[in-house]
Amino acid sequence: MSANGSGIGASVKRKEDTRFLTGRGRYTDDINLPGQLYGYILRSPVAHANIGGIDTSAAAAAPGVHAIFTGSDMEGVGGIPTGWLIHSKDGSPMVEPAHPALALGKVRYVGDCVAIVVAETREQAKEAANLVDVDYRDLPAVASIEAAEANGAAQVFDEAPGNVCYDWEVGDRAATDAAFENAAHVVSIDVVNNRLVPNAIEPRAAIANFDPATSEYTLYTTSQNPHLVRLLLGAFVLGLPEHKLRIVAPDVGGGFGSKIPHYAEEAILTWTAGRLGRPVKWTCERIDAFKSDTHGRDHISTAKLALDADGKFLGLHVTTKANLGAYLSTFATCVPTYLYGILFAGPYTTPAVYCEVKSFFTNTVPVDALRGAGRPEATYLLERLVDKAAHELGMDRVEIRRKNFVREFPYQTPVALQYDQGDYDATLDLALDASDWAGFEARRAESAARGKLRGIGISTFIEACGIAPSAVVGSLGARAGLYESGSVRVHPTGSVSVFTGTHSHGQGHETTFAQIVSDMLGVDFDAVDVVHGDSAKIPFGMGTYGSRSLAVGGTAIYLAVEKVIEKGRKIAAHLLEASVEDIEFENGSFTVAGTDRSKSLGEVALTAYVPHNYPEGLEPGLEETAFYDPLNFTFPAGTHVAEVEVDPETGEVEVVAVTGADDVGRIINPMIVDGQLHGGLAHGIGQALLEECLYQDDGQLQTGSYLDYTMPRAADLPSFSINHNTTLCTHNPLGVKGVGEVGSIGVPPAVINAVIDALRPLGVNDMAMPATSQRVWQAIQQAQG
Amino acid sequence: MPTVTMTVNGMERSGTVEGRTLLVEFLREHLGLTGTHVGCDTSQCGACVVHVNGTSVKSCTCLAAQADGAEVTTIEGLANGSDLHPMQEAFREHHGLQCGFCTPGMVMSAVDLASQNSDPSEHEVREWLEGNLCRCTGYHNIVKAVQAGARAMGGGS
Amino acid sequence: MNDFTYHAPTSLDEALAALRGGGDGAKLIAGGHSLLPVMKLNLAAPTDLVSLAGVPGLGDIADGGDSVTVSAMCSHAQVAGSAVVQARIPALAAMADGIGDAQVRNAGTIGGSVAHNDPAADYPAACVALGATIVTDRREVHADEFFQGMFATALADDEVVTAVRFPVPARAAYAKFANPASKYAVAGVMVADGAAGVRVAVTGASGDGVFRVAEMEAALGTSFSGDAVAGIAVSSDGMLSDTAAGADYRAHLVTVMAKRAVEACG
Repeated sequence: MSANGSGIGASVKRKEDTRFLTGRGRYTDDINLPGQLYGYILRSPVAHANIGGIDTSAAAAAPGVHAIFTGSDMEGVGGIPTGWLIHSKDGSPMVEPAHPALALGKVRYVGDCVAIVVAETREQAKEAANLVDVDYRDLPAVASIEAAEANGAAQVFDEAPGNVCYDWEVGDRAATDAAFENAAHVVSIDVVNNRLVPNAIEPRAAIANFDPATSEYTLYTTSQNPHLVRLLLGAFVLGLPEHKLRIVAPDVGGGFGSKIPHYAEEAILTWTAGRLGRPVKWTCERIDAFKSDTHGRDHISTAKLALDADGKFLGLHVTTKANLGAYLSTFATCVPTYLYGILFAGPYTTPAVYCEVKSFFTNTVPVDALRGAGRPEATYLLERLVDKAAHELGMDRVEIRRKNFVREFPYQTPVALQYDQGDYDATLDLALDASDWAGFEARRAESAARGKLRGIGISTFIEACGIAPSAVVGSLGARAGLYESGSVRVHPTGSVSVFTGTHSHGQGHETTFAQIVSDMLGVDFDAVDVVHGDSAKIPFGMGTYGSRSLAVGGTAIYLAVEKVIEKGRKIAAHLLEASVEDIEFENGSFTVAGTDRSKSLGEVALTAYVPHNYPEGLEPGLEETAFYDPLNFTFPAGTHVAEVEVDPETGEVEVVAVTGADDVGRIINPMIVDGQLHGGLAHGIGQALLEECLYQDDGQLQTGSYLDYTMPRAADLPSFSINHNTTLCTHNPLGVKGVGEVGSIGVPPAVINAVIDALRPLGVNDMAMPATSQRVWQAIQQAQG
Repeated sequence: MPTVTMTVNGMERSGTVEGRTLLVEFLREHLGLTGTHVGCDTSQCGACVVHVNGTSVKSCTCLAAQADGAEVTTIEGLANGSDLHPMQEAFREHHGLQCGFCTPGMVMSAVDLASQNSDPSEHEVREWLEGNLCRCTGYHNIVKAVQAGARAMGGGS
Repeated sequence: MNDFTYHAPTSLDEALAALRGGGDGAKLIAGGHSLLPVMKLNLAAPTDLVSLAGVPGLGDIADGGDSVTVSAMCSHAQVAGSAVVQARIPALAAMADGIGDAQVRNAGTIGGSVAHNDPAADYPAACVALGATIVTDRREVHADEFFQGMFATALADDEVVTAVRFPVPARAAYAKFANPASKYAVAGVMVADGAAGVRVAVTGASGDGVFRVAEMEAALGTSFSGDAVAGIAVSSDGMLSDTAAGADYRAHLVTVMAKRAVEACG
């Protein structure tokens, strides 16, 4: 592998950009099919109610209306499935209630799908939906974890007493208890991980079509994982064989986890198109997106850390309550368990760790993965707790971390993971240097002279990406494998099409994967195109989430390229009248070792497709597919430092500097990698300071639009300092780890630790997320009260 | 139903609309100019920004009828044939886009800034972009791109 | 959004006729940045929209010596960028430059803003503090009488704002604390020291819309300094309360913004 102008390690400009910059992207709502109708999803305006009846007669008579379907019309169609079966401490399986695509007899959250109205135009469908008369018979609602677990709380599902879905644990409780018995110090913390709305800027949309001539369904949808949608929609909901169901996820305008789940609307649209024999299009309005896109986070936790007299961690005990919302979304159940509890060793050698998680149903939007998914929640708790321990023990915040770092690899944690490689001191040193940590007090004094309170905060963290291997996740309850496919088709004249089961919705796969293939095959970067997002073109795929695309999908492509090269060597050997063992491949040429006799990839490819002079017994063609099932997670790690300035009069927090020092494994395209870090940092700062999804007690969404849910804007953020130290992943051939979620995992505790650092002189020692100006002002008032 | 006529990307375009038809609906659904996007319904996200008579407006908060007789430029009208506009080129050069959904509005907004200020500071760019939301980039590279694009426009045109 | 009939009159008389012809369901539209958002959320459903865009004479800014007259269809960007406003009432230009975002400023108008009288809009504070006169098709109304509580004004159903005339103050400044999500004012305070004495007008904070703070005005009349108002608390009774800012916090911000506005007066 040699880096060249467009190869591995080069900041190649993106292939995707020209179409996006000229308005020629093709997003789902840009697609129109001949004869299409428009569907409007009528949603529940109440959080919890029995449906006494639905009168659709007035709506059906409205102009342009073709059909109205409600839950009873879809009765008998399968419910929306969930992808991970969790078992409770006592071995019992989680409570897994039915999730009808259209509400059947009962609605369970504001936004629950009640009916689809199909009309000639979008406006007609929406106007007619206003005429659907639903007899909602209100029931008491539980809109929070506290409400759900209260004595006598209303039941979201009869089959889930106390609204508990499962009560799960990981780690050795007895060993952890013993660690606390022997501890010199015990430090405790209570934290809330605030509920977030993902808010990809492209709202969800779908168009379904049914072709009666072929009995084939096609669904265009805003998905991060079209094959997963096909699997769930086909096999579980509609009972359609894969070859009659094509899922296309074209250009998708951001996902952040919210476009992983298979949504009810996808099932409703596809089923409706089949009933009507015409294409049906639906585009979510933002106001509906707030109450139907899966939300993220929403944990309440209490934790304690046992330390010896020198500040060495002895044990960690975490008790978490997680809100799953009203139904189990696709990955809802694994996010607060297998993507959360197993992270609690962090970068530290804590010998005993125990985490228990009780998850609740509530009358709120279903909760699922959101950028980081479980790992930000774990990292936030751990890094807040470590900072608090340093404060209570009178230790330096950096030194307490350094004292506890893992330094020998592989490292088996007490919570299932085995870290393969890392250098946590290196990223810590890099971050301290790049952030001028040592010079902070001078900056604090300068701020103070302007009447501002300055603070600095740090977080050292690991994450686990590319969740795998399939056999292990299967044993833990996953209902799908977590491998990836890659196909490489060398065309007769030497250009290349690459097919990946991952999906790019901003990550730049079309560029990064082309770099890998171009580099390995020695073909021009422009001669390689990457195809993704269409179940009719791609063999199979698990999609893009959990920072898995390069580590898993990229490796599958790598392995497919190796197969291509291997076959090419056979063809070249035949053409060069040499033995296969003597053929070397480099820079696009097959050469007889030690000679100047060679054949180019193009010549070999042409021979493969025009096999007149060809090895006996070898198949023609030059196309290979590989499925890659990783041996382990990958473990990106790093240190984030945030510096803030607080206006003590208004409580406003300004982030004045953010420094990331990250080890994300080998970097294929530094420009793209840094862009991923920037985006994650902004998302994490949004969680720390701005974003919070709030419900009223009756289950009405209080923050239901951009007028009251604060999205990070350009002026809310600084420019970022991004720094890298690389150790290679030991178990994939590219040595890559993952980068898409790093920022949102590492930075929130650094920001909050910085806010607390700024406010400590006023006597403030705790701060919840988001640290809004009002919350900071109130904390100052209380401390000074 | 009223007929509206406007010059869109240099070409006169007419259509019969409803009173309530928004400019963005006219552009996307009547003219097939799907480069202009809709990301919200409260005039906040800026994915729909186009130029009307030379200044940037949110086409989701403008009736097609209000643009009757106007000169409208959308993202599709910015490049000169296959040559990207300097602002488009700057976004590409500085990786100022990821998923691409906010990009058309972001670029159109940036071009309006650059037409008034050929060398905006980081602070000025960040303030100007208040009406454009991006979830992917953290704005870091957008800011760089807008500054570079503004300088290129100032020097180039 | 419900459909409606769109009228594009080319004179004020035509506009008035269309407005009257549409009856209760008729509404004027200027830049549309107050009206269209509420229509899109089905919070308003007019049957007729009468555009003022084609009515001549509503787009000027005139320097009247001791006053500046801004015609109703002037956009916020136009006011912010006006050499006349910048020279005569820089606080007004700065306030206009802080309304919404760039695209809102390009389309939203002063006439639309004052006629709508959103309790979180900036213009009402500027009008009241500067002692502006709202000029309509038939009369002139002082700002003190014009704004009558949330979304309520002295305008008759068929009355059209044509201009706002601002007396030039000796000094003035506006300080705003914006809602982090919507960017509307949570507490916006315009302080003006002019012919009518010192006036302090607050927007965004009260459920009754723009209001003056007599105690602050009196204190500033005695000593025009930030310290003079820093200790004056306004009551949180009647203050708006939402997820971004409860009533107590809003009341506190009024004092802080008042102090900062005074300090910005120089």
